Amino acid sequence: MATDKYYVPESSPWPLVASVGLFMTAFGGAHFIQQATDPDTFSGSWGRPLFFFGLAWLWLTIALWWRDTIKESRGGLHSHQLGISYRQGMLWFIFSEVMFFGAFFGALFYTRWLIVPWLGGAGSNAMTHELLWPDFQAMWPLVKTPGGTTTQAMGAWGLPAINTAILLTSSITLTIAHHALLAGKRGKLIGFQAITVLLGAIFLGLQVEEYIHAYTEMGLTLDAGIYGSLFFLLTGFHGAHVTIGTIFLAVTLIRVIKGHFDAENNFAWEAGAWYWHFVDVVWLFLFVVVYWL
Amino acid sequence: MSTVAAAHDDHDHHHAPTGLKRWLFSTNHKDIGTLYLWFSFAMFLAGGFMAMIIRAELIEPGMQFVDPEFFNQMTTVHGLTMVFGAVMPGFVGLANWMIPLMIGAPDMALPRMNNWSFWILPFAFAILLSSVLLSAFGHGNPSAPNFGWTFYAPLSTKYGPASTDLFILSVHMMGISSIMGAINVIVTVFNLRAPGMTLMKMPLFVWTWLITAFLLIAVMPVLAGAVTMMLTDRHFGTSFFDAAGGGDPVLFQHVFWFFGHPEVYIMILPAFGIVSAIIPTFARKQLFGYASMVYATASIALLSFVVWAHHMFTVGMPLAGTLFFMYMTMLISVPTGVKVFNWVATMWRGSMTFELPMKWAITFVILFTCGGLSGLMLAITPVDFQYHDTYFVVAHFHYVLVSGAVFTMFAAAYYWLPKWSGVMPSKLLGELHFWNSLISVNLLFFPMHFVGLAGMPRRYADYALQFADYNFWISIGGFWFGLSQLFFLAVCLQCALKKGEKAEAKPWDGAEGLEWEVPSPAPFHTFDTPPVVK
Repeated sequence: MATDKYYVPESSPWPLVASVGLFMTAFGGAHFIQQATDPDTFSGSWGRPLFFFGLAWLWLTIALWWRDTIKESRGGLHSHQLGISYRQGMLWFIFSEVMFFGAFFGALFYTRWLIVPWLGGAGSNAMTHELLWPDFQAMWPLVKTPGGTTTQAMGAWGLPAINTAILLTSSITLTIAHHALLAGKRGKLIGFQAITVLLGAIFLGLQVEEYIHAYTEMGLTLDAGIYGSLFFLLTGFHGAHVTIGTIFLAVTLIRVIKGHFDAENNFAWEAGAWYWHFVDVVWLFLFVVVYWL
Repeated sequence: MSTVAAAHDDHDHHHAPTGLKRWLFSTNHKDIGTLYLWFSFAMFLAGGFMAMIIRAELIEPGMQFVDPEFFNQMTTVHGLTMVFGAVMPGFVGLANWMIPLMIGAPDMALPRMNNWSFWILPFAFAILLSSVLLSAFGHGNPSAPNFGWTFYAPLSTKYGPASTDLFILSVHMMGISSIMGAINVIVTVFNLRAPGMTLMKMPLFVWTWLITAFLLIAVMPVLAGAVTMMLTDRHFGTSFFDAAGGGDPVLFQHVFWFFGHPEVYIMILPAFGIVSAIIPTFARKQLFGYASMVYATASIALLSFVVWAHHMFTVGMPLAGTLFFMYMTMLISVPTGVKVFNWVATMWRGSMTFELPMKWAITFVILFTCGGLSGLMLAITPVDFQYHDTYFVVAHFHYVLVSGAVFTMFAAAYYWLPKWSGVMPSKLLGELHFWNSLISVNLLFFPMHFVGLAGMPRRYADYALQFADYNFWISIGGFWFGLSQLFFLAVCLQCALKKGEKAEAKPWDGAEGLEWEVPSPAPFHTFDTPPVVK
C-alpha cells in the first residue's frame, strides 16, 4: 500500500471550456427568461439563442470531458484509490441534492403548518386575518388563495399512484440488474436495465400527461397560488432529476453493451444506480406529502 | 534524493506544464490554490473599493458623491463580493494549497473538478459585476442589485431591478463552484490521507476545513433553492413570498438564513484552523486541547443549523420560536469559548516570539473575541429589538469577518508564503501592513458600536447630525485601512516575483507538520508516493 503511486490526471481544457458554457447558459438564460416572460420591458431576442447555444456547448463539453475520463479508465490509468474518490464524491453530490429538495420540502411544511393557518387568523394573528383578508379560509391544499385565485387539488390515487408503482418497480428491476452485473450475467443485466430505462421514460410521459391535465382542466398552474407553486416546483425538479437519471442509465446501458463494466470496475454504473434510488426516495416523500396527505 | 527525483521524472508523463496552459488547464492543487488566492485578493480590492465609496458618502451628513440608489447598490454588491468573492474563495485557495501538503496527498482527490470549481468563479463574478459597471457608467438606467446582500423578498422579487436575474444566475454558479470545491475537500481528506495520518492526527486546519466542507454541501443547495424561488416568483407567477397567493415574505428569510447562518461559520471555521496552526508554532508548544478543539468545531457546526432565526427576532415569530433560537445561539458561545481558552492556554508559559503570522493570529484572538461578545449581546432577543439593523450589527459582523476571517488569511499568507513562493515576505512591508491595519481597523469599526447603540440605522446614505463626528472618523479609518492593504499587495507581488530572502524548508523553528518537510518553494508535485506518518 505504502509503495502505491498516486494517480493525478493530466491537465485538461474541459473545466475552463465548460465554465465558458456555463457562463453563456446563465447569462443568456437570465435574459431569455426576462425576454420571454416580460417582452414589453425587455427588448431583444438574443437571450434565447445564447442560452441554448451555451447549454449545447456545456453538454458537449461534458461529453468530451467524460469521454477522456472513460478512455483513461479503459486504458487502465485509474487507480483503485481514484475509484473510491469517485464513489465518495458521488455520495456527497447526492447529499447536496437531498438538501436542495430539502429547501422546497421545508417551504412546503412551513407554508402548510404556519403561513396558511396564520393567514387564517391562528395563533396571535386574528388582527392580521381581520385586516388583510377577512374572508380567507385556512385550508390545505390551498385551493382558494387570500387574493381569491381558485384551483383544484391534485388527487393521489390516479396517475400519481400509478407513477409510484412504476418508480418502485424500476428500483426493483435496477437492483436485479445490479445483482446481474456483480454476478457477470450480461444478458440479464442488459434486459433489466433496459426495462428500468423504459419505466423511467413511461414515468416521465405520465408526468407530462398529469401536467397537461392540471393546466387545461384543473386550473392548477404555477400562478394558482402557493399550492400550485409548491406542487410544480417539487414535482418539476423531481421530474428533471428523473430525466437526468434516465439519461444516466441509458448511457451506462450503452456502456454495458460495449462491455465497459464488470464486477470490480463499475463506478459509473453504480453512480447511476445510486442516483436512481435517490430520485425514487424523493418521489416517495413527494407522493406522501404533496399528493396524499 | 534529488537524483532519485530526476531519474523518476524521465518516466513521469506529467511534465510541469508552462505558459498560459499551465494556469488555464491546471490539475495541480498548488496552481489552482494560487489562482483562488489571487482571485480572492482581486475581489477583496474590488469589494474594498465599493466600501470606500460607501465611506466617502458617509463622511459627513447630507448627500455628497453618489445618489441614494447607487449607495444601496454599493452596500449590496460590497457584501456579496466580500462574502462570495473574497472570503470564501480565499479559504478555498488555502485549502487547495495546504490540505494535500498537510495530509501527505499528491493533490486534491478530483483535480479536474477542482479546476472547474475555480474557473466558474470569474465568470460568475463577471455576470454579477457587469451590472455594477453598467450602473456606474449610467447606460440607460440599469440598477445593479440594490436590496442588501441578504436580498430579502419582496425587495428582491417584486421590487428588484432587472439585474436581479443576473444576480440569481450568478449565485447559482457560485453555488455549483462551492459544492464541487467542498466535495473535493471532503473526499481528499477521507480518501487521500497518507498511511498513519489518522483522523485525530490531522492538523486542525484540515479538521476545520472538513467540517466547513460539510456545511457547504449542506447549505449551498438551500441557497440555490432560495434564489430559484425568487426567480419563479419574479417571472413565472409563483407565490412563495407573496401573502396574497398564500406565501410569505418571511419564508424567504427562513430559507435564506438556514443557508446564511451556517455560511457565517463557513467563513470562520477555517480561520480557527489557521490560528490553531500558527499559535503553537510561535509559542513553541503543542496546541492545548487538540481533541476538544475538534469536538468544539463539530459542535459549532451542528448548532449552526438551529440558530438561523436569531437574524429575524424582529419579524414577529411566536414567542416559543424566539426563545428557542435565543438559547441555541447563546449555547454556541460554549464551544467558541473552549476554542479561545485553548488558544490562550497554548500561549501560557510558551516561549513566545512575535513574527508576523503570530502578530496577526494574536490580533485575531482578541478582536474576534470582541466580535463574538457583541454577537452574544445581539443574541439576547429583547436587546436585539434595540440593536437590530443598526450599525451595532455592522460593527459586530465586521469584527468577526474582517479582524476575524480576513486577518487570519493575512496570518496564513505570512505563515505559508515562504512555502508557496520560496522567499520570505518582506518584514518591513509586513510590519507596515500589520500596524496600519490593526490601528485603522479599530478606528473603522469600533465607533460603529457607539453610533449603532445610539440608534443609527444601517444601509442608509444619510444620517442624523448627532452621528457626524463618529462617522467622520469611521470614514478616515476606512480609507486608512483600505490603503494599508496596498502594503500587502506589495508583499505578495515581491513573493510572486521571488524578490527577497530565500526561505528554508522550515522557516519557523517551532513549526510542525508535513508541509514543512518538503522544500520551499514546494515542488510542482509533492508526495508522488504516500509518505508514512508515525
